[in-house]
Amino acid sequence: MDIHEYQAKEILARFGVPVPRGGLAYSPEQAAYRARELGGSAWVVKAQIHAGGRGAAGGVKVCKSVDEVQGFAASLFGRQLVTKQTDASGKGVYRLWVEGASDIARELYLGFVLDRKSERIMIVASAHGGIEIEDLAEEDPASLRRMTIDPATGLLEYQARELAFGLGLTGGQVAQMVTILKACFAAYQDMDATMVEINPLVITGAGDLVALDAKMSFDTNALYRRPEVAELRDRSQEDPRESTAGDHGLAYVGLTGDIGCIINGAGLAMATMDMIKLAGGEPANFLDIGGGASPERVVRAFRTVLADPEVQVILVNIFAGINRCDWVAEGVVKAYREVGMTIPVVVRLAGTNVEEGQAILRGSGLPLITADTLAEAAERAVAARVKLAA
Amino acid sequence: MAILITEKTKVIVQGMSGRIGQFHAADMIKNGTQVVGGVTPGKGGQSLLERPLFNTVREAVEATGADASLIFVPPPFAADAIMEAADAGIRTAVCVTDGLPSQDMMRVKRFLRRYPESRKMRLIGPNCAGVISPGVGFMGIMPPHIYMKGRVGIVGRSGTLGYEAASQMKALGIGVSTSVGIGGDPVNGSSFKDILEMFQADPETDAVMMIGEIGGPQEAEAAAWVARHMTKPVVAYIAGLSAPKGRKMGHAGAIISAFGESAQEKVEILTAAGIVVAPNPSAMGETMARVLMRRAAA
Repeated sequence: MDIHEYQAKEILARFGVPVPRGGLAYSPEQAAYRARELGGSAWVVKAQIHAGGRGAAGGVKVCKSVDEVQGFAASLFGRQLVTKQTDASGKGVYRLWVEGASDIARELYLGFVLDRKSERIMIVASAHGGIEIEDLAEEDPASLRRMTIDPATGLLEYQARELAFGLGLTGGQVAQMVTILKACFAAYQDMDATMVEINPLVITGAGDLVALDAKMSFDTNALYRRPEVAELRDRSQEDPRESTAGDHGLAYVGLTGDIGCIINGAGLAMATMDMIKLAGGEPANFLDIGGGASPERVVRAFRTVLADPEVQVILVNIFAGINRCDWVAEGVVKAYREVGMTIPVVVRLAGTNVEEGQAILRGSGLPLITADTLAEAAERAVAARVKLAA
Repeated sequence: MAILITEKTKVIVQGMSGRIGQFHAADMIKNGTQVVGGVTPGKGGQSLLERPLFNTVREAVEATGADASLIFVPPPFAADAIMEAADAGIRTAVCVTDGLPSQDMMRVKRFLRRYPESRKMRLIGPNCAGVISPGVGFMGIMPPHIYMKGRVGIVGRSGTLGYEAASQMKALGIGVSTSVGIGGDPVNGSSFKDILEMFQADPETDAVMMIGEIGGPQEAEAAAWVARHMTKPVVAYIAGLSAPKGRKMGHAGAIISAFGESAQEKVEILTAAGIVVAPNPSAMGETMARVLMRRAAA
């Protein structure tokens, strides 16, 4: 789960990371008020969306007057900001962060991630900050310093010092960096984060370290024990189809094709999408109905897939282990009748209670297209799509 | 002999008194698995499915001689249940539970390292379908009737794709020695490489079907090991050729976030290691058949 920059800064500040003073605004007037409240003569106005690349997309601006703050804010609110990390429709801007402009002497990069190779939290740091980590890895890989942390000991003081000296810091900056590293590690561990990124971590003209931008993501599996994190969820930044599906226990990812998929199991769902593509079609979505799916959950899956206006054909592919084909078949028949289906539906059932499931489909008298294998199912779905186009 | 579960394996079920635990324990018993008891804290002394229930894994191991455990404990308590099993002397644990926090799994992995090799527990999962040696027994949630006994090992992240592979092979008359689901989480108990090593050492396995997916470094790690050490043929399929970058595809670990983690890149890495990659998920069975035939002819 992602959160906004200002929320990440609030959390990190609580753990001891220095951040610039700033304020949140929900309107242009409030942005102007924040600027006046902060004082000074220059402010940075930053669109709060769940995506990087905001600066290049025009979502961040240094303003020299309160009027300019208000004017820029007015141009941002309600806009869909398209960055290189969003899709073509972008993310809606409903919150702005206004902070005092910082005097920047140097920019560093600092990130904490779950390293799947060592299965530990890994710190990635570079003396070359201010650009995206992907670009940094390509442009200046030699500058990247990595360190993994043993969960039994946590981040040790000497490790933090090593990193600080390795980044070329001197004097009081080393102690500041050690504090920041320990604070970020504590925030990562105590809040069940999956990512903490400060980019850039700047050294000001006065020689102090400050987190100019911050990003945090969290482990959704741990939200049950982090209610204060769960509260930070902002649905305006999510694909409404995906969040609604999630509320009903369905893992759904919207894609750009027109063959809607209803599958059990993440692996089989991906494989079915691959098979559709190989057969010459394009999947409209990833959807895993999960284990032990009731007829009602299958109906919900149909509604979710059909909410996408691009969908022309539906492909149901179930290999039941913990699921039951008869329940799925009941769900298919129920959904077909309840939603008044007007598009072709291809169904492939295999595994637990497959005979009962097939009997239910046959007995329904509905014009379902059935298939016995994965390949057949994908081919028939694509053929049905081609027939519609003809 | 197969791997991980044999005729001699004595299994306890942690969380057996739950609805799901009870259902699958009953299915395991029906299919010949030696389920010797269950563990539910607070229900010690009762019995279920004609098996005794215990308060702790230690009591269960002492009373029954169990050496394996199947864990159905809900996510908030699953890591603790795994560590309890390891400390009580269980040698093989399979955790089916989906939804363990990553940091819990990091702690579990660190905890398991405290035991010497002679009594270290092997963990399969979490978020997996389990382990089945057809005709011998199983620990997990798979439908046992779709498997035919034979000499090909299966290892995969996805449960349902493992079923798909087993049924495609069965249709071609190819049976399975053991099928292992290692689970879809970013931090898991056993990797592809761990299971491939076991299959390489197993005299009842002739070849292995490896089913990977987008995300993580484990397929590449396995490929490097296969190229250097594996003498048995490996056939692979990688799911997610059509998956977009940076999006989580159902499994917590199925996300392309680094170089080498897309399906295309993994296919290249596996192919370079001499692994025959099935061109599509419907061709897993026929690709294995072809490889076995070529080997028989050689």
